[in-house]
Amino acid sequence: MTLPNVWNYWAVVVLMMVGLYIVIAKPNYVKKLMGLSLFQVSVIMLYVSMGRVTGGTAPIYILDDGAPRPFVLYTNPVPHVLMLTAIVVGIATTAVGLALVVRIREAYGSSEEDVVAELDRREVEAANALAAQRAAESDASSATAAHAGASHEEHA
Amino acid sequence: MSEHLPILMVLVPLLSAPLVVFIKHRKASRVIATLACALSACAAWTLALQMSSAVSYPLGGWRPAIGIELRVDFAGAYVAAIVSTIATFAISLGTRGTREDVVGREMFFYAAFLMCVAGLMGMVVTGDAFNVFVFLEISSLSTYTLVAMGKERRALTAALNYLFLGTLGGTFVLIGIGLMYQMTGTLNAAAVSARIREVEHLRTTHVAFAFLAVGLGIKLAVFPLHQWLPGAYSQAPHAVSSFLAGTATKVMYFQLIRVVVSFFGVAYVFDTLHFGDFLLPLSLVAMFAGSLSAIFQPSLRRLLAYSSIGQVGYLTLALSLGTEAGLNAGLLHLGAHAVTKTALFLIAAAFIAQVGDDRLDRLSGLGKRYPLLSLGFVLGGLSLIGVPGTVGFVSKWALLEAVLAGGRPWLAFLILASSMLAVVYVFRVVEVLYFRAPLANAPPLARERADWGSWVPAGLLVLVSVGLGVWSELPSEYVATAAQSLFGGAR
Amino acid sequence: MSQSLGVGVALGLPVVGAALVALAGKRPNVREAVTGLTGLATFVAVAALYPAVVAGRLPELQLVEAMLPGVPLMFRVEPLGMLYALVAAGLWPVTSAYAAGYLREHHEQNQTRFFVCFALSIFAALGIAFAGNLATLFLFYEVLTLATFPLVTHHQTPEAQRAGRVYLGILMGTSVCFLLLAIAFTYYAAGTLDFVPGGILRGHVATSSLPLLLALFVYGCGKAALMPLHRWLPNAMVAPTPVSALLHAVAVVKAGVFAILKIVVYVFGLDLLRDTGASDWLMFMASVTILLASLIAFKQDNLKARLAYSTISQLAYIVLGAAMVTPDAILGGGLHIATHAVGKITLFFCAGAIIVTAHKTEVSQLDGLGKKMPITMAAFLIGSLSIIGLPPTGGSWSKWLLALGAAEQSPVLVGVLMLSSLLGIGYLLPIPLRAFFFDPPASPAREHGHGHGHDHDHGHAQDHEHGEAHPLMLVPLSLTAVGCLLLFFYSQHVVALLRPLVTP
Repeated sequence: MTLPNVWNYWAVVVLMMVGLYIVIAKPNYVKKLMGLSLFQVSVIMLYVSMGRVTGGTAPIYILDDGAPRPFVLYTNPVPHVLMLTAIVVGIATTAVGLALVVRIREAYGSSEEDVVAELDRREVEAANALAAQRAAESDASSATAAHAGASHEEHA
Repeated sequence: MSEHLPILMVLVPLLSAPLVVFIKHRKASRVIATLACALSACAAWTLALQMSSAVSYPLGGWRPAIGIELRVDFAGAYVAAIVSTIATFAISLGTRGTREDVVGREMFFYAAFLMCVAGLMGMVVTGDAFNVFVFLEISSLSTYTLVAMGKERRALTAALNYLFLGTLGGTFVLIGIGLMYQMTGTLNAAAVSARIREVEHLRTTHVAFAFLAVGLGIKLAVFPLHQWLPGAYSQAPHAVSSFLAGTATKVMYFQLIRVVVSFFGVAYVFDTLHFGDFLLPLSLVAMFAGSLSAIFQPSLRRLLAYSSIGQVGYLTLALSLGTEAGLNAGLLHLGAHAVTKTALFLIAAAFIAQVGDDRLDRLSGLGKRYPLLSLGFVLGGLSLIGVPGTVGFVSKWALLEAVLAGGRPWLAFLILASSMLAVVYVFRVVEVLYFRAPLANAPPLARERADWGSWVPAGLLVLVSVGLGVWSELPSEYVATAAQSLFGGAR
Repeated sequence: MSQSLGVGVALGLPVVGAALVALAGKRPNVREAVTGLTGLATFVAVAALYPAVVAGRLPELQLVEAMLPGVPLMFRVEPLGMLYALVAAGLWPVTSAYAAGYLREHHEQNQTRFFVCFALSIFAALGIAFAGNLATLFLFYEVLTLATFPLVTHHQTPEAQRAGRVYLGILMGTSVCFLLLAIAFTYYAAGTLDFVPGGILRGHVATSSLPLLLALFVYGCGKAALMPLHRWLPNAMVAPTPVSALLHAVAVVKAGVFAILKIVVYVFGLDLLRDTGASDWLMFMASVTILLASLIAFKQDNLKARLAYSTISQLAYIVLGAAMVTPDAILGGGLHIATHAVGKITLFFCAGAIIVTAHKTEVSQLDGLGKKMPITMAAFLIGSLSIIGLPPTGGSWSKWLLALGAAEQSPVLVGVLMLSSLLGIGYLLPIPLRAFFFDPPASPAREHGHGHGHDHDHGHAQDHEHGEAHPLMLVPLSLTAVGCLLLFFYSQHVVALLRPLVTP
């Protein structure tokens, strides 16, 4: 298990960590999506690596002069096939993500996470302030109304 | 015909999705979507009620372990029936509120919804590990688009955040499946569980389980991995949040159970990896932190969303016991919470459609104006708390008995203490509905009367949750069978 | 079969009544007639079960075979439950009449909701009384909490909201955190939740954990208002007086002590508690509650608050009876359920009549009231005597039996009982005495109605002429006062009914 033998697994780990770091650390949504793609792609490398058999050929049925070869060492095709699906999933994810970023850019005028978060925060605060004001006004008016109502009730 | 039921409940919504897009008719798309969900539900119920043992369905006629096998056991049929039924309820009659969210985009909305249903159903019925990932991504991708269709612009950021976390979770699952395949050379559930004995001492196997658990944990919103949930649930269109609240985390929970029980085996997961010791503290924190946060939320849907995080804590707590009784309690709570939370989200949708705002204080004094809706919320809330006579009590009782049988009475006390927090947040809403004077200067109601479409599905679900609380024999016995066949005396 | 039907009818009538009341909501006369008739019918239905119970043929009714796995939803009417059901159902029609008069005179809002919730509370109380196992008891215990919540918070003011929070917080919190835990543990240990004469726990629970389990049960029944979980009861006094009268002197609080008695007798078993001494600590806590609550009652000037603390003290008598586990003490505790119910409801009826008629809420304002409201104050006197335990009222017998039980246990307990009776004389008797023998205040200060909110700016003329209370209030309070006297002469029937509890 020396480094040269398993370099591809190390590459997987490095790619994956780089991708994860970008997703977490970068404030720009597009960069985050790039990181996410990198992260997903590293998994493809992992699968392909595990399917590989040293000295193996492609899993193709070979005939020698009309007769099948008795023994062929070939790499496992299943992980490769699985990764076809994973590639599709990755592309679809990136597409959906980019579409969302476009919409966010339209709605907020920015695709930076911290700017968008700040806008969201202000929106929530404005709503809270409005509600508090509404409640205060309502209390004031209902207090007088209740007062009048109570007096009325007692007289009745 | 009946042997094709397992694939039918996935295929019907899956194939209806493109149909909806092609037909391009607003009203028709809703009808098709409803019919597809209802058909899927019929298939699931038929299967659930008539099966006498686990059903195996070789896809395309290929024999299992060569081809893909669909495998539905009692627990799977139970979850499938719940998911498809709730999908039908969430979308069928549809409050005007849920329909208004998506005006002009109906066919895309219903197509994405159907894809999401198909993905979740597929995850439940498949017996192939990689299939789990594929269906997981089908449901996730459609969920991101559905969440993004919410009315406010914050829905977009909620959807994108969900996409980042969800994709990380999905990729973790993919890595876990890959490592599992590397160790066993197969993706079939039955074959994996047969072969994993030989390699369970190897570190790669440990890592495979860790990746699967963390990946599913993100999708399940286990405590520190829950950040996506409140935004997604509170910003999505109403039909979607009602549906997701009842199904998405539940299916992931069922997946986690299968990973633990069917793929890796209880003895390995709990005795060798001590998974319960990781999960238990997280569950406890979730129970208290989720419910505590729910108390302080300014909007009704966020309150319900945080309550869901707390309820996931009960689910994972039940699993962390690693016993058949715990599994039984977890599956019962899965159903109980699915019905209850969907009903509550539907009622919230109806309220929000009336007042046009999901802030809690806008509901001030509406208890008198909408007596049925308010009563429904109270009853649903009681089920959430676990008051006797509701289905929430049945599952909480099962959980208590499971915990006591595990010899941990202090845990039972913590469970009950945390349900007191549920009392606080439910009655916070009750107080707003009944005690606050209606806001004198409130903006006018969006409309005066609640239409019957907005409260009938919610009302039915509330009735179910109360009725099953008293006549609890049916779910209890079915789930007990399911837990037994799933667990199979593993420990 | 007919017996099962009888149980079903007795339980079903209040529900039907609630539905009819809701339907008749627009017409107050019909509505109140329905309430009253339902109350009478329910009482008759409950009383019809009496002969069978006395004869030892306990009526049973099973509604659902498995409400929880292995636990049916079922009812079995045993002597103690019979007594509690008779008290609750018997006082309901009386209270209905009183409530009709009170609510109208007091111009309360939401009267239909009031009567509906009232009927549902009685339904829940009967469910508790007849419960055949702990799960059924717990179910109806929670239903009772929830059905009374709208009654406590009836005025929907911030004050009512605060009281509602305390009410729900304590009653629901204790029942969910302690009672449910105790029940779950009992099921886990004993494998059954049925009420069985002689108890179900012997041999299943370690002796060392019995006191803890008993504590979970006793404090889980927060409705018994044992200190330190008594705060909800004074808070609940913001409710309209008929609620305080029937629910917070009879149905709700008695549900708590009834559940404790029933659990002691049928879950633990008297022998088990006697052999292990698991209830010794409870005698201490009950004694402390009796004395402290009496002392606090002394300090209360608000009439309803004073009665509330008196209730806390009297409830602790019953808990003490359960804790002493001698036959006489159990009988005394059971009898006290009946005698205290009739006595205290009389006092609350009088307090409500005074509030509505004379607009007075404080004890210190009542001087000379006896001349204007002689019948009300006479009834108050009889009720007070019964609570204190002086002949010729029913209360004397229950105290006598409790004292006999205490004498078997320890002379200290007898001392506690004597002291608290003296305290009772001190805080209750001055009220009628001042009313009859003191002169009315000379200068009518314009300060009445402290607790009454916002009526001082226009006020009722302080010396406005009022006579006796409205007949709809006067007749019920006279009836219950007569009931106090009758219980003195007929209490042996109650004791005979309860005798099977202590003679296996």
